[in-house]
Amino acid sequence: MTDFLRLDFAALLAAMLAGGTCGLLGSFLVLRRESLLGDALSHAVLPGIVVGFALTGLRSAWPMLLGALGAALLATVAITWIRRAARLEAGAATGLVFTGFFALGLVLLEVTGARNADLDIDCVLFGQLETLVWLEAAGLASLLDPAALAGLPRQLGLLAGVALAACLFVAAFWRPLKLLCFDPDFARSLGLRVGRWEILLNLMIAAAAVAAFEAVGSILVIALLVCPAAALRLMTDRYAVQVWGGAALGAGLGAAGVLLAGPLPAALGLDFALSAAGLIGTLAGLTVAVALQRRRRFQAL
Amino acid sequence: MSAPPVEIQGLTVRYGERPALTGVNWTAAPGLTAILGPNGAGKSTLLKAALGLIPAAEGQVRFFGLPLEQARPRLAYLPQRASVDWDFPASALDVVAMARLPRTRWFGRLPRAEREAARAALAAVGMADFADRQIGRLSGGQQQRVFLARALAQEADLFLMDEPLAAVDVVTEQTILAVLHGLVRAGKSVLMVHHDLSLVQAHFDQVLILAGRVVGAGPVAEAFTEPAIARAFGGLPGRTPTEAAA
Repeated sequence: MTDFLRLDFAALLAAMLAGGTCGLLGSFLVLRRESLLGDALSHAVLPGIVVGFALTGLRSAWPMLLGALGAALLATVAITWIRRAARLEAGAATGLVFTGFFALGLVLLEVTGARNADLDIDCVLFGQLETLVWLEAAGLASLLDPAALAGLPRQLGLLAGVALAACLFVAAFWRPLKLLCFDPDFARSLGLRVGRWEILLNLMIAAAAVAAFEAVGSILVIALLVCPAAALRLMTDRYAVQVWGGAALGAGLGAAGVLLAGPLPAALGLDFALSAAGLIGTLAGLTVAVALQRRRRFQAL
Repeated sequence: MSAPPVEIQGLTVRYGERPALTGVNWTAAPGLTAILGPNGAGKSTLLKAALGLIPAAEGQVRFFGLPLEQARPRLAYLPQRASVDWDFPASALDVVAMARLPRTRWFGRLPRAEREAARAALAAVGMADFADRQIGRLSGGQQQRVFLARALAQEADLFLMDEPLAAVDVVTEQTILAVLHGLVRAGKSVLMVHHDLSLVQAHFDQVLILAGRVVGAGPVAEAFTEPAIARAFGGLPGRTPTEAAA
């Protein structure tokens, strides 16, 4: 038990929080038919992260989160502006902005010298779940011991904060968000400031992407934003099941990835462990495939 | 004499460089008005620009003598059915209840009384039995009636409707027309983008005929004339009022 708490517990918690938050907010991307925007936002935050890091010189979560939110805000405004000014479809404007922002981020990485800090490409792609350990844990009692809890990886604090904010946001603004996803024109005719709601939603998604990014890497953030929501989209006709089910499925995928990464190859008689992040991604993809199969069979009946 | 439901002055709307509507001056009389014209005449554009859904290059619109923001609680909008994704995971009642959002706090659950108001609106269009059905499992006509119920649930004085009678079944057409006449009897006004010229004489009080600008406007008996229709539709055979009414 102590081994589990010390080696796997923090990673399990991080994967579940990241998966749950991304799975929750992903439904709004999928329902608004804007799945690409999750990809875009998670890349467009890079210049903000670098600036946050360069200004403070700290590899601490909060300056980077603030920088990322600033970049996400700019990116959202830029996408809207380019759509209007150039009369482009949403996907084209989104693609333009996120490649531009990501490129700017890469340049800033070089210019500010942040590249020499420890932004390593494996970590960017696949995250660092395996490095999240809790060496202060000495048994179940540690779960209630403030001194031991303070030794939990700092990423968990950010992940938990963003997860809580996302849940409160979705629960509190349940009805405006539903209307915004279903019929933005009608929402506007009622006097809702649709543009402001979109910015707020995008900021939540950017915050989730940044918090989850450190734990599970950039590719998996995108998978977790899209896969659980897409799978639920194929499985249910009910809005509440779609939204909260997406969160549950995302958290479940995160847990399964961490818990199975070791035992799964062992059960197959293989002499290595899998990357937890990679396994989460694979399971997420498989879930969508299974949902699609079930849906096909259901419709054939 | 109270202010007219809609008063449009010098309204011009452009999509990029291309003008969609040019210099529209028009004042609606109370009652049921059909907005007629060929495809691309700017009918939907007029409704959307009036409601501020798309920006107007020039001009102003007043409702009951008030600017849009102040008049909003008295307006209801029924968009084209094709403008939303009907696979969306929502029930018919969910969709109608969306109309009650401005009457409630934006956070938390929908109060029971609001839910009952939405249910009553569904009943008014003959859809009470379908309240809990997912909207994708309704027929096209039933979906159109759900949209009408949502507009009714806004409890407005002026209804702006974008083709509620397009491609619907007979039951739906009868239901919608009955509801419209009921609204007018109750002193409400309706502006409706409409395609089927054969229904105009029997059911509408006024027409506004568009072809990128105002081609004709006024009471049906005076403005719904062969030359006006011919000007708007480019004199297409079989589309004149006399033939359509025959």
